[in-house]
Amino acid sequence: MALLAIEGLSVGFAREGRFARVIPDLTYSVEAGETLGIVGESGSGKSVHALALLGLLPQPPGRILGGRAVFDGHDLLAMPEARLRDLRGGRIGMIFQDPMTALNPVLTIGRQIAEPLIRHKAMSMRQALDRATDLLALVGIRDGARRLSQYPHEFSGGMRQRVMIAIAISCEPALLIADEPTTALDVTVQGQILDLMAELRDRLRMTMVWITHDMGVVAGIADTIQVMYAGRIMERGPVNAVFASPRSAYTYGLLQSLPHGARPPGGRLMQIPGAPPDMFAPTPGDPFAPRNPFATPRCHREAPPLRAVEDSVAGHMVAAWYDLPRLLA
Amino acid sequence: MRAVWQALTRRSGWLGLFGATLLVVLVLLALFGPWLDLPDPTRTNLRARMVGPTITWFSLGAHPLGTDQLGRDILSRIVAGSRVTLMVAGAAVLLGGVLGTLLGLISGYFGGWVDRILMRLVDIQLALPLMLLALMVVAALGPSLRNLIGVLALVSWVRYARIVRGQVLAVREREFVQSARAIGASHSRIILRHILPNVLTPALVVATLELARVIVLEAGLSFLGLGIQPPDPSWGRMLADGRTYISSAWWIITFPGLALMLTVLAVNLLGDWLRDFFDPRLAVR
Repeated sequence: MALLAIEGLSVGFAREGRFARVIPDLTYSVEAGETLGIVGESGSGKSVHALALLGLLPQPPGRILGGRAVFDGHDLLAMPEARLRDLRGGRIGMIFQDPMTALNPVLTIGRQIAEPLIRHKAMSMRQALDRATDLLALVGIRDGARRLSQYPHEFSGGMRQRVMIAIAISCEPALLIADEPTTALDVTVQGQILDLMAELRDRLRMTMVWITHDMGVVAGIADTIQVMYAGRIMERGPVNAVFASPRSAYTYGLLQSLPHGARPPGGRLMQIPGAPPDMFAPTPGDPFAPRNPFATPRCHREAPPLRAVEDSVAGHMVAAWYDLPRLLA
Repeated sequence: MRAVWQALTRRSGWLGLFGATLLVVLVLLALFGPWLDLPDPTRTNLRARMVGPTITWFSLGAHPLGTDQLGRDILSRIVAGSRVTLMVAGAAVLLGGVLGTLLGLISGYFGGWVDRILMRLVDIQLALPLMLLALMVVAALGPSLRNLIGVLALVSWVRYARIVRGQVLAVREREFVQSARAIGASHSRIILRHILPNVLTPALVVATLELARVIVLEAGLSFLGLGIQPPDPSWGRMLADGRTYISSAWWIITFPGLALMLTVLAVNLLGDWLRDFFDPRLAVR
């Protein structure tokens, strides 16, 4: 059964009297136990839709225009703020991108880890701090008891992200939304955090939505990949199938722009020409068409719906009028 | 605490140390004044009117700083006046500080129409001359200790509100506020637990500078007869009384004036130092 089912979510932003529907109409679901990797470049709506789900979108300038987001049988978007607050940090955990700024500099680490436990599990400060020590051990920080009384500036970037993870998983959430949790970290630390998250996910049986712009990260952790562009799903499917045979020109472009061993050294990496679309001036067709060398006239006229890919595994879906494998052959 | 002491005793910190010492002496004097063996500050003695300072290098004499036009001992009036001054100023700063900080937090955090209304109120109040406002309120409500404190708090909350609001606007956008929301913290909890500690420092600096201003303002109101009422001693009142005798008995006005000046100086020096101490760009630490 789907733990989270989003139907027709639509989010807009107002700026200087103009309005942009950054997410026109988004529908997808996440099965319990699944790890969904959402990939897209800046402005693709991947972070915005996550914030909107949790009621964290600043309104104004943002506005939720419609849709439903059913988590565990209840619509998050229709829920009163107080009930949403009970879910946030309780059954739904969230990790943010920048561990350097996501911790309060004037509170000790212990108090910050204890906060959700006191809030959601009705623990006393003492119990919560005890639990915090265990949590620090769980995320690989040794000497937790001493560490609890330290302040964020006494921790390195990777350590802080571990603390953020400890906070997010403290109440053993059913769903964990990670918004680019490894982007601000250097590559070796990134790998460690990725391993840690995978391990915690399996141990706590969490469903995970992992938002990133890094295809490599998704390959490492996700079951399902969902490529987003201009607030739409361009392609979605099991990671292996999508990586082996991408059906959207955008996915193909992202994969081609990754450095990998098969390509001779010294050459230029592939790049996707052009810039992301101006959401204040939407075009009628496929939003990626202006940058797409494979675009057909129909792509410019009419936005393609998300449809199942016939000659691939179940669950592989694409929004394209063209048949990419045939064009590439 | 050790860092504070080190910064105070460093060369650049001597002014702050001077101010802090002066203030500590003053507070001790005010606290333990009643136990000092001084004449009753309100007892008049018409046979010893306008006696000059009897203090010498070797002894204090009967009236170290002289007596006023009613024969009251000036030293004991200054000590008693310091109690009143510090209590009124302290209470006013505390009250105004709490009120202003709270309103600043609300204004900055919620924004929107709450913010617009509060900030226009601040603008209006800042446009009115302080003394005029204080005069108006005291004249309307009548002079009493409670009203005095209320008035002084009323004229000082705006500064905290402004500064704190500005700080909140910056702190609010930082990511830890969003992560606090993501763990289900309520607005009041975010404001008090997460934002307040981040804006306390500037509020504290404002408070010290405000303390000096409030002391002067209180003296001014008392000078005009709208503050502390006789026979209770107050520095402003003593200045008003001594004004008439400035050519014949200079000590009546000089010593309370000196006390007022030193107090304000001490508070200002400490406030300036505190501001530098908390400013990370100036490496005082």
